[in-house]
Amino acid sequence: MTKTLVLARRELASYFVSPMAYIVAALFLMGSGGWFFSEIFRQGNEASLRVLFDGMAMMMVAAVPLLTMKLISDELRSGTIETLMTAPVTEVEIVLGKFLGVLALYVILLAGTAVYLVLMALYGQPDAGVAVMGYVGMLLLGTAFIAVGVFASTLTRYQLVAAIIGIAVLALFTLVMPWMVRTASAPLNHLAARLNVMAYFQDFSRGTFDSRGVVFFLGSAVLFLFLSVKTLESRRWR
Amino acid sequence: MIDVQKLTKWYGRVLAVDSISFHVDKGMIVGLLGPNGAGKSTTMKVLTCFQPASSGRASVAGFDVLSQSLEVRKNVGYMPEAVPLYPEMRVREFLAFRAALRGIAARERAREIDRVAERCWLSQPENMLNRRLGELSRGYKQRVGLAEVLLHNPPVLILDEPTIGLDPAQIRAMRDLIKSLTPDHTVILSSHILAEVEQTCNHIIIIAGGRIAANGTPAELRQKVVGPSRVVAEVRGCEQAQLLEAAKKLPGVIDAEISPHGNWHRLLIRGGENSDLRNDVFQMAAGRNWQLRELRREVASLEDFFVQITYQQNLRTGQRLGATA
Repeated sequence: MTKTLVLARRELASYFVSPMAYIVAALFLMGSGGWFFSEIFRQGNEASLRVLFDGMAMMMVAAVPLLTMKLISDELRSGTIETLMTAPVTEVEIVLGKFLGVLALYVILLAGTAVYLVLMALYGQPDAGVAVMGYVGMLLLGTAFIAVGVFASTLTRYQLVAAIIGIAVLALFTLVMPWMVRTASAPLNHLAARLNVMAYFQDFSRGTFDSRGVVFFLGSAVLFLFLSVKTLESRRWR
Repeated sequence: MIDVQKLTKWYGRVLAVDSISFHVDKGMIVGLLGPNGAGKSTTMKVLTCFQPASSGRASVAGFDVLSQSLEVRKNVGYMPEAVPLYPEMRVREFLAFRAALRGIAARERAREIDRVAERCWLSQPENMLNRRLGELSRGYKQRVGLAEVLLHNPPVLILDEPTIGLDPAQIRAMRDLIKSLTPDHTVILSSHILAEVEQTCNHIIIIAGGRIAANGTPAELRQKVVGPSRVVAEVRGCEQAQLLEAAKKLPGVIDAEISPHGNWHRLLIRGGENSDLRNDVFQMAAGRNWQLRELRREVASLEDFFVQITYQQNLRTGQRLGATA
């Protein structure tokens, strides 16, 4: 566990000297701020964060893979993977360390959006339950999204390719699945409904706690982290 | 300390290491010598647990590289050829990170970093430890790489081309540092430069085409050097034909040739393996009252031997690949 935290800390620190993290953070905060002021923070509108959370979740489809793309692929490109994997650390520790490092950054990013909550509290009476559950949902969604990003990063030494794979996989579950639920015939639409990320997320953004969502997001995270470990292990054999 | 038995490594259909076996005792500095692509780095990658062997066994510090990988990695300090580092990190920050990964207690890290920085000439200039790795020259990166492998004081050091990219003064300093690591550490280093290995190592393993072509101390390898010896002499006071005829009649001569060198005849005689014809040439000249101003024996050097066996191995590998294609 100690080594996992050592790796997580190095990963988190590396973001603070990387322009990409600042660019993604700036774009995310600009996007979510614009969304907040145009859709929610207007006289007469309901003081609810639900719309904001739904918008932020969609932004994470692009933001998270841009943050995770470098995790393993940059180690593969620069060759630092060789010194990392010949140190006494396991693949599980490497993957978990990287995962926790980005998760910490993700939490910092989310914390930046708390300003919207403060603004709404000053000018209205936002639903505290929705706010809390919305953040719980964002955290769970981020956990699964980051795991997908970590996995995409283990597949290639090219950061851009890792980002494209990550965005494609996340877009499949957030955009294609809802579309299939509406347009596909049975049993495909039933399957799509089971894999529809936004449906699980919207339970939280509406202020309800749904254990199915927790299982879905955490289960997805475990699955993709497991796949990341196996992909990394298999690199030794290639 | 290191034991390798019939180690073989395939990359797809390419055979990188072909059933090599060797043993390294504690405190030795062993040089893996071979041309580029010989299999040196692959052997090191297997010994450091970065990649598994396709077949065969290897153990380091008494631990099997496949089944006791973590134990092996605890006992090995490995510096890959390109010395990959995180460019955004500062030297001290990087060494602290690696020390933490190696399980060095937080309270001991600063002391250990100062120790290896001193040993690897990183303590000067003063701000060196605060510089970003991405800003360092190749030589300094090499020093950081070496400092990193020494951090946890491992019994075995595996250094892939440690002097590549260094200037002559840095090469000499690196060589002295590696020599100073014995007898506490066992060192395996790779190089494709014979002189480098000859000056640093007390044991040489020559690898070519994925196979061990020769294995022994530099002195033992020199003894294995066989090949026709040559005697060069410069003679005058006789006709060219006369000299050639007399030279060819000397016992053990395989071939002789003469070329003019000013108003001297330059005589080149090839004798049998490890033969020495200098005395015969001297007697020949003295007996006929010819003037002799140079008499020198040339034997095949270790470098000739290295070139010869690597050439032969590459030729065999080429034939083998040709046969399987």
